[in-house]
Amino acid sequence: MENILSLLIWIPILGAIVVAFLPRDNENLVRYTSAAVTGLQFVVAIVLWRKFDPLNGSMQFMERYEWIPSLNISYILGVDGLSLPMVLLTAMLFFIGVFVSWNIKKAVKGYFALYLLLNAGVVGVFLSLDFFLFYIFWEVMLLPMYFLIGMWGGPQREYAAIKFFLYTLFGSVLMLIGILGLYFTCGKTFDILLIMERAPEALDGVLWWGMSAAKVIWVLVFIGFAIKVPVFPFHTWLPLAHVEAPTAISVLLAGILLKLGVYGIIRVNYGIMPDQVYWFAGGLAFLGLVNVLWGGLCALAQTDLKKLVAYSSINHMGYSLLGMAAVVAAGEMNGGDLKAAQAGLSGAVFQMFNHGTISAMLFILVGVVYERAHHRDIDGFGGLASQMPIYTGITALAFFAGLGLPGFSGFVSEAMCFIGAFPVFKTIVILSTIGILLNAAYFLWAFQRVFFGKLNEKYKDMEEINSLELFTVIPLAIITLFFGLYPGPYLDLIKSTMDQIIEKIAFVATYAVM
Amino acid sequence: MTNFQSLEFFVPELILVITILAALITDLFLKKSKTDLIGWVLCIGLVIVGLSVLNLSSVPATTLFSDAIVIDPFSSFMKIVIIISTLLVIAASWANKELENYRKGEYFTIMGIMVLGLFLMTSSVDIIMLYVSIEVVSIMSFILAAYLKLDTRSNEAGLKYVIYGAFSSGVMLFGLSIVYGLTGSTSYFDIQESIFSMDSSANPALIMALLMIFAGFGYKISSVPFHFWTPDVYEGSPTTITAYLSVAPKAAGFAMIIRFFHQIFSDSIALAGTAIGSTDLPWPEIIGVLAVVTMTMGNLVAIQQNSIKRMLAYSSIAHAGYMMLALPVLSMEAIESIMIYLFVYVFMNLGAFFIVITVKNKTGGETFDDYQGLGWKMPVVGSLMTLFMLSLTGLPPTAGFVGKLYIFKTLVGAGSDFLWLVVAGGINSVISLYYYFHVVKVMFLGGERSDTLSYPPSLMFGLIVFTAIPSLLLGLYWNPLASWVKDSLVFYTQTM
Repeated sequence: MENILSLLIWIPILGAIVVAFLPRDNENLVRYTSAAVTGLQFVVAIVLWRKFDPLNGSMQFMERYEWIPSLNISYILGVDGLSLPMVLLTAMLFFIGVFVSWNIKKAVKGYFALYLLLNAGVVGVFLSLDFFLFYIFWEVMLLPMYFLIGMWGGPQREYAAIKFFLYTLFGSVLMLIGILGLYFTCGKTFDILLIMERAPEALDGVLWWGMSAAKVIWVLVFIGFAIKVPVFPFHTWLPLAHVEAPTAISVLLAGILLKLGVYGIIRVNYGIMPDQVYWFAGGLAFLGLVNVLWGGLCALAQTDLKKLVAYSSINHMGYSLLGMAAVVAAGEMNGGDLKAAQAGLSGAVFQMFNHGTISAMLFILVGVVYERAHHRDIDGFGGLASQMPIYTGITALAFFAGLGLPGFSGFVSEAMCFIGAFPVFKTIVILSTIGILLNAAYFLWAFQRVFFGKLNEKYKDMEEINSLELFTVIPLAIITLFFGLYPGPYLDLIKSTMDQIIEKIAFVATYAVM
Repeated sequence: MTNFQSLEFFVPELILVITILAALITDLFLKKSKTDLIGWVLCIGLVIVGLSVLNLSSVPATTLFSDAIVIDPFSSFMKIVIIISTLLVIAASWANKELENYRKGEYFTIMGIMVLGLFLMTSSVDIIMLYVSIEVVSIMSFILAAYLKLDTRSNEAGLKYVIYGAFSSGVMLFGLSIVYGLTGSTSYFDIQESIFSMDSSANPALIMALLMIFAGFGYKISSVPFHFWTPDVYEGSPTTITAYLSVAPKAAGFAMIIRFFHQIFSDSIALAGTAIGSTDLPWPEIIGVLAVVTMTMGNLVAIQQNSIKRMLAYSSIAHAGYMMLALPVLSMEAIESIMIYLFVYVFMNLGAFFIVITVKNKTGGETFDDYQGLGWKMPVVGSLMTLFMLSLTGLPPTAGFVGKLYIFKTLVGAGSDFLWLVVAGGINSVISLYYYFHVVKVMFLGGERSDTLSYPPSLMFGLIVFTAIPSLLLGLYWNPLASWVKDSLVFYTQTM
């Protein structure tokens, strides 16, 4: 198990190649192979989790090979408390996603080959510790995503696919410039750990266009990640892509791909330019607030159930941003409140995970009803509760989890974000609690319109949720409930790494005051 | 070195001349249907030429024929690039149905002569030699562009090419003569020396001369505003020739520009060096603006095209722009990045054109409509076209990304004066994604599952795969290429 991290990346790549060479008429073989590949990856991820030492906040299971020595590019992988939960979530959702995609009829082989390639890209981003490798995986995700939305999506799929592609590429290009800036200022290396070590000193006093290079690079990289999150002005690709994508892809898009943005900001922006956090935190908190309110208001206005869930993602990621901004509480000028910083950052990271499970659940459930009714118009249903009691029960659970009801994991992480951010950003936190209200409003109102009232005659023969669909939702529901009641195991897993990040940010506070 | 001693180092060109003569003579004895054989003659000759170029690449850099041309690792690299692209294009010409009703003897022979001109372009260090080599290449290109004599568009292409070519080389010649008047010499090295010692009263003349010379260079690499011939010529020419024009003369053109500016106007650090700096004109900015305008124009107009061939023509203008981005820096690193870009560009661009040829052979058209659902009918061709489009856009893990990475790296490393060029280049990559993926869109997204899959004939198939392999692999592991380019970064220089 020396190269367990490589295994996680290469299993799906090899799987994709195998799937591409399977006979195209034997669709079930393709499905079972994909399930086996993602299942195997999930098992490896669990083994990794069991072997992981949560008390060690540094990188573990590091792998390092020379790749392109002339540019100092290496193949470096590693995992810490920030990336491990994300890897687990990725492996799990991709495994579940295979079953969500079970009913795909069109070009099954192509679908699953691209699906596995996407899997490799996502896991690769979480594990790579070399910027070049990181960037390759970051971009490798785009092509499969383009096809998965563009070929298997809804009526506006072509437009959604290219819009997604253009937006993300725009961000990536800016990120690439930022990365190259770091490469040159930090002694011509792409090694992220090395850059983390050197950057604060190396970037000190360097000017780009008469501005501090660190700030310029921060903004360039931030835009790249912000488009993925998506942060407010860059979010317009998301509702479209979510709505047009097939169910499984929406699940993955909301469940994991959005997390890449938050992960990237914490890993790259926070890890490499900790001194700039103080400069940007206010803006970040504000953007979080805008995300919360804007996402909530837009969700309230939707008539399409899937679009509602999509906007709820924007709303939920806002809490995460707010929690991330809270780390500045650790700075001396803000009172050196390490507890608040911890609550905020852990809350943000926990919120990523929780939104991953909850939004996955929501999208699967929307997919279930769409499969049967072939539309997702919230007002077009009514009274489904009497027709599909089990489905109603599970959807109720997912909606309650989504609106942050105590007892579900979403509540814990949102509360942590608020608690963490409160000491520094009082006004913003108070305003963003309105978001919770909106949150409850759009979920409950939608629930009421779909499930209560008189049964729509058209749907009196609607089938109950079947066992395959239940199989995909139940594990997510269990996780949501479990962490809602007992978040300890998750927080213990990430604690050491979070502490390390916060320590670093607290340490640079002394000379970050500007 | 004297003329006689030089012959020993001129072997590749001599073999090439013999090959051309052999091709001409063989052609006399062949029936029209058998003229493909001339291609073989040329191929074999070019392989031998390539081997002798490699053989000579270890020779210390020196000048030949009394400072008329040089032989150095840089020119060897460019010659190899030219040979590779010529071989690929010759092979594709065998399969190109547009040429079916024509004798191909002259066609191949003229390509051989063009290679000779390109070789001289990459290595000349004398303005007369420079002009002669450009003219050899241009005149051969005119004939090749108009080769389909029964096709009016091909005729139009040839005529337009002649007019633009004559005009810009005339302007260039005027510029060169002013340089001669100022310095009294035709050799790059003497010119450099006299420019260094010139006082500023000569500046207006020098600036004008340089601008005029750049018109000739810009025409060769199709930089804005000397690009107007490109779309029409590329569209009208036989597709194989379009492919050839978009890579080989461009490579030689860049080699020529690099050598000219590097050896006359730079002090080996940057274009902003002392010599050119003394002309009081912001050269780096001028070339930078030209580069940005070139790629932006190429990309924006490419979006509106309906014919894929014409779209690729505009895209090749954009690619010239990307390469030009590194010219304002003109450090060794910048030259390295242009060389890497050129090398990967040869494969990805030829690959895309080969697919255009394949599709045209099959459907007779080259518009987006002809590509509708291609990915479903010819899955391998569709997938490889996607690869080429990815590579041309510059997305990892393809070779095109490595090319762009090197260019961007050069600019970021050159300091914040050049950062705006990186931003412009990056945004242009995003723009180009739109039209490159328009091809992917019609190939895959619009189609339906088809029950009969078809594959291109084996020759074209082989060529497409052959160009696809480096387009992908060089994106994953390009260390051998990088070290080869590094070794080739040796110019012959004369110390004053």
